[in-house]
Amino acid sequence: MKFKTALLGAVAMAALGNVAWADRGTDGDLKITFPQAVSIMNPYLSNGTKDVYGSSLVLEPLAGIDDQGNLIPKLAVEIPTIENGGVSADMTSITWKLQPGLLWSDGTPVTADDAVFTAAYCMDPSGGCAQLSKYDGVKSVEALDASTIKVTFTGPKPYPYTAFVGALSPLLQKAQFAACQGAAAPTCTDANNMPIGTGPFKVTGFTVNDTVTFEANPNYRDPAKPAFATAMIKGGGDAESSARAVMQTGEFDYAWNTQIPPDSQKAMAEAGKGEFVVAFGTLVERLEMNMTDPSADLPEGERSTAKHPHPILSDVNVRKALSMAIDRAALVEVGYGAAGEPACNILPAPAAWSAGDTSCIAQDLEGAKKLLDEAGWVPGADGIREKDGRKLHILYQTTVNPVRQDFQALIKDWWTSIGVDVELKAVDPSVFFGGDAGSPDTFQKFYADVEMYANNSDAIDPEAYLAQYQCSHAPSPDNQWQGDNINRFCDPAYDSTYAELQKTTDVAKRQELAKKLDMMVTTDSKIVVPLVHRGTLSAHSNALGGVKINAWDSEMWNIADWYRVK
Amino acid sequence: MTDTRAAATRPDKPDSQLRAIWQQFRTHTGAVVGLTILAILVILVLIGPFAWNPGKPSVLEALKSKNLGPSLRHPLGTDQIGRDLLTRMIQAGKVSLAVGFVAMAISILFGTTIGILAGYFRRLDGPLMRLTDVFLALPLIPLLLVLMMLFRDKVAALTGPELGVFLLIVMAIGVTSWMQTARIVRGEVLALKEREYVLAARSIGTPPRRLILRHILPNVVSPVMVAATLGIADAIITESVLSFLGLGFPPDFPTWGRLLFDGVEYMQLYPVRVIWPGLAISLTVLSVNYIGDGLRDALDPRIRGR
Amino acid sequence: MFVFTLRRLLLAIPTLLVISLVIYLLVDFAPGSPMSEIPLTVPPEVRQKMIAALGADQPVLVRYLLWLRQFFWVEPAYLIDGWFGTHLAGDEQRILSWQSRSPVFTIIGQRIPQTLTVVGTAYLVGALIAIPIGIYSAYRQYSWFDQLGTLFAMIGFSVPTFFTGTLFIIIFAVELGWFPTKYDTMLNVTDWSSFLTQLRQMTLPVMTLGLANAAAISRYMRSSMLDNLGQDYVRTARAKGEPERTVVLKHVLRNSLIPVVTVIALGIPSIFGGAIITENLFGVNGIGAALILAIHASDLPMVQTLTFIFAALIVLFNLIADILYGLLDPRIRYD
Repeated sequence: MKFKTALLGAVAMAALGNVAWADRGTDGDLKITFPQAVSIMNPYLSNGTKDVYGSSLVLEPLAGIDDQGNLIPKLAVEIPTIENGGVSADMTSITWKLQPGLLWSDGTPVTADDAVFTAAYCMDPSGGCAQLSKYDGVKSVEALDASTIKVTFTGPKPYPYTAFVGALSPLLQKAQFAACQGAAAPTCTDANNMPIGTGPFKVTGFTVNDTVTFEANPNYRDPAKPAFATAMIKGGGDAESSARAVMQTGEFDYAWNTQIPPDSQKAMAEAGKGEFVVAFGTLVERLEMNMTDPSADLPEGERSTAKHPHPILSDVNVRKALSMAIDRAALVEVGYGAAGEPACNILPAPAAWSAGDTSCIAQDLEGAKKLLDEAGWVPGADGIREKDGRKLHILYQTTVNPVRQDFQALIKDWWTSIGVDVELKAVDPSVFFGGDAGSPDTFQKFYADVEMYANNSDAIDPEAYLAQYQCSHAPSPDNQWQGDNINRFCDPAYDSTYAELQKTTDVAKRQELAKKLDMMVTTDSKIVVPLVHRGTLSAHSNALGGVKINAWDSEMWNIADWYRVK
Repeated sequence: MTDTRAAATRPDKPDSQLRAIWQQFRTHTGAVVGLTILAILVILVLIGPFAWNPGKPSVLEALKSKNLGPSLRHPLGTDQIGRDLLTRMIQAGKVSLAVGFVAMAISILFGTTIGILAGYFRRLDGPLMRLTDVFLALPLIPLLLVLMMLFRDKVAALTGPELGVFLLIVMAIGVTSWMQTARIVRGEVLALKEREYVLAARSIGTPPRRLILRHILPNVVSPVMVAATLGIADAIITESVLSFLGLGFPPDFPTWGRLLFDGVEYMQLYPVRVIWPGLAISLTVLSVNYIGDGLRDALDPRIRGR
Repeated sequence: MFVFTLRRLLLAIPTLLVISLVIYLLVDFAPGSPMSEIPLTVPPEVRQKMIAALGADQPVLVRYLLWLRQFFWVEPAYLIDGWFGTHLAGDEQRILSWQSRSPVFTIIGQRIPQTLTVVGTAYLVGALIAIPIGIYSAYRQYSWFDQLGTLFAMIGFSVPTFFTGTLFIIIFAVELGWFPTKYDTMLNVTDWSSFLTQLRQMTLPVMTLGLANAAAISRYMRSSMLDNLGQDYVRTARAKGEPERTVVLKHVLRNSLIPVVTVIALGIPSIFGGAIITENLFGVNGIGAALILAIHASDLPMVQTLTFIFAALIVLFNLIADILYGLLDPRIRYD
């Protein structure tokens, strides 16, 4: 009903000859739906994407990232660089300048103190801040004057755009959160659910895990924006019902994360009520090879640890053969359609940081067989390859997810055809990713030979992301299985190249090193076998204009510019 | 209708009670049809793999023929990665029928035993019903997760992986679904044991064991039959929930519940994807229901005698 | 009967305490962690700190005792403070959800109305349809009405709600466009037109749930009626010349209600428990949807509180069922 009224209103407006998006609040209600509902509006206490995106309508950082991956100022006047003097020559500090006359939605001025407070809030050791890694290496944050913020690092920081950049690290209002620091952080329910911000909208209502309602922020810095007077985010259901609500019934204007089968994408797009948009970030669906022996015959505490190298997968030729047997284009066609591309690297984008390897895309079953023959794995009586009396048997696990189960079935077929015996296993995602040291089914424990999931870098500069393949990051009983080097890959050459990356400040040189590190774990060694570069598929109705989907920041990064198509 | 026919075909002197029950059962049209349909389903899934073997196409060929409707080559069509649905329905049927019947049997056995004991022996009523309350209150999903985590490897080591998973699944479904039956049976027994004929039997010194088996049990058959019918459908669907949590059979092991679950995503474009498994489950439940009807009539001496 | 009720109510206290401990240990022991929905990009050290900030790294018994104290002392104190403006609770910590950091009882308060209106209506509709169908099916056993009822019930029961719900969405929302697919929880019923909107958005979830409920109840009703229709007292009543209507609706129905009362008594707590799949499918923010979200996120305080309230309702309604047995059949005695 509401939607219809809004439409009628829109038609009436057009008849009156009003120019679209000329004034704040003239375009009525904006309805957004998420398949998972927003739980909390404070991204420092949760980094579920749904929560971060929801809060990005209200809370803003000093700088954001646009749809091309470039830094853009938000609350700051400009992006500080070495050239404009904002970043010190030795790269140990960065100085931000706030725009003049900024107001919070309650009408009070935004000052450098708010930024100082935000940093202290997140870096408080008892607060359990989810974005702590954004403040990694920050020595101090100080207010030089009411509108100048200086962030000092403990050492040279080649990429200083972490704190206060992007939807993961926005400014909180000191006045609202002053009593919520440290252990008190979770108890400030009202502040966490209805934060005061500087963004185009302000929160008017919040029901946990269901709906957030907004109205245009009267103090937003651009008096002509946002075009919508009110907005709401309704959560829940699944990707399919979200897509349907935009593309078929037209109840909603925008749906985030509508990953549905390619055939359904096509059918829904043909209905003509809206369109799908895809943003490609760095998310890569991959197979991870276990370099250690997961055998159940080993005593608990030694399974999948560096003590016992993997009896089959330690051989690089086996890993190569397994990768060669996969037809990545077929996987994309079955699972992702427009929202996927074949990938051979763990850093598929942006172009400047990606090695852009394509050597893995062509499937080569014969080559794979030959490679296994040469490695001494020859077919036995039952067609399954064996070597020294050991069968080529692989336990291949992933999470419960329809696309992943299709991938498992296809990959099992290909591997069976080159003489590998494959056993499949699917684990509930909340157990798989839960990291519970008591469960045998977590992805960190890796009690399987091969496992499949997706991972990405949350920053354009991949230094933090590439840290995971260092020797010392391997999960083991000693660290309660909490490492992120899932493969237990250990190569001194990788560690030393990574150390070099950490010291390098020249961007072009850093890009070279990142590509080299990427190739070391993918194409060169097949420790990681990338399959598909995945995008996020979202949908917007034809009546919504101004959407520029963005994989590097919140998808709602430019919601102030969205308008009703008339 | 049934009565007149029963009278017409009733032999003069049935050899045994079992025979009499069978005689009565045979006259129940619905039960006979139900039994026939169930028998056909069972035979189909047992001999199906030998009778229908379309051969395994290469992955590329299969992908070219994905999401097809029914045709001669694929009588029930194909799924999203080109697998023949008839083959999958047959494989799935074996597992689903087995899980459905065994899990239902476990749950009915548990439920009826506990219900009768609690209803008949006053001293057991309190403890058993509090136990039932505990099981009713336990959240199902964490319970299943814990059961599987604790016992999966152990049972698999004892019986081999496939049988192990099967046993664990039917046990898990069985121990989490007996409570309703138990409460219903107890309620009936509470009323039955105060009836005149039970009091009479007790007053002449009939031991409890005999009293329960001869006088109480036959009179709670009808709610138990309903519970059994509903239990089969429940078990088949619960199995798909287990798979959905990654606790069921390995992912390349189809079951009717899972085919239905996977098919829902494609329902709008390819309705056959949900029609076949939905039909198979409904047919099974429907036939069990009619068999249950017939069995109840046959077991009821009042009807049998007429 | 009064003594029996009192004794059972007193016995319920230790029972519920045991249940709460069992649930707590079970949920805590289940694999999964509150961090499972946090993206992989968050480093392991930060995860550890987040868990510590939740208090989730404390020993399980410490957390259980804290929960007991919060549930039985702090939360009632807050409630009383809210009513009378007192300050009993002081600054004591309420039960906070790990996932959303909001007080669990605030979330429950937000969600109960939705669950009661949607799931409650569905249950009522289901029972109101099922009982007459069951009675008439049994009375005219093997008539076309009975056969049709059987078919309907069996299909209703053997196809799960995730299937019927999606089917209804495709037919009635996508193709015909009669009803919305997403439930608007912000809708306030203030006048006739908003009431109609509310009715419209309730229709699909109520249909989905009502079908499943009606199926089961009608089967129990039918079978129980069948059992009693063949009894001697029915023949006696008829022989006495009582009207058929009285025989069926007074004598037979009353004696047939025991299994049906059990089924309904078991079903009423499940109204509170919500309908996990249906609520999720239609975006009704009810208790069921909250419970499943909490279970997937290993949100222990939320799961524990919800299941405990659920357990209390089960114990209560089973007691009510026992009392009803006595009223329906005076021969049943408990002491």
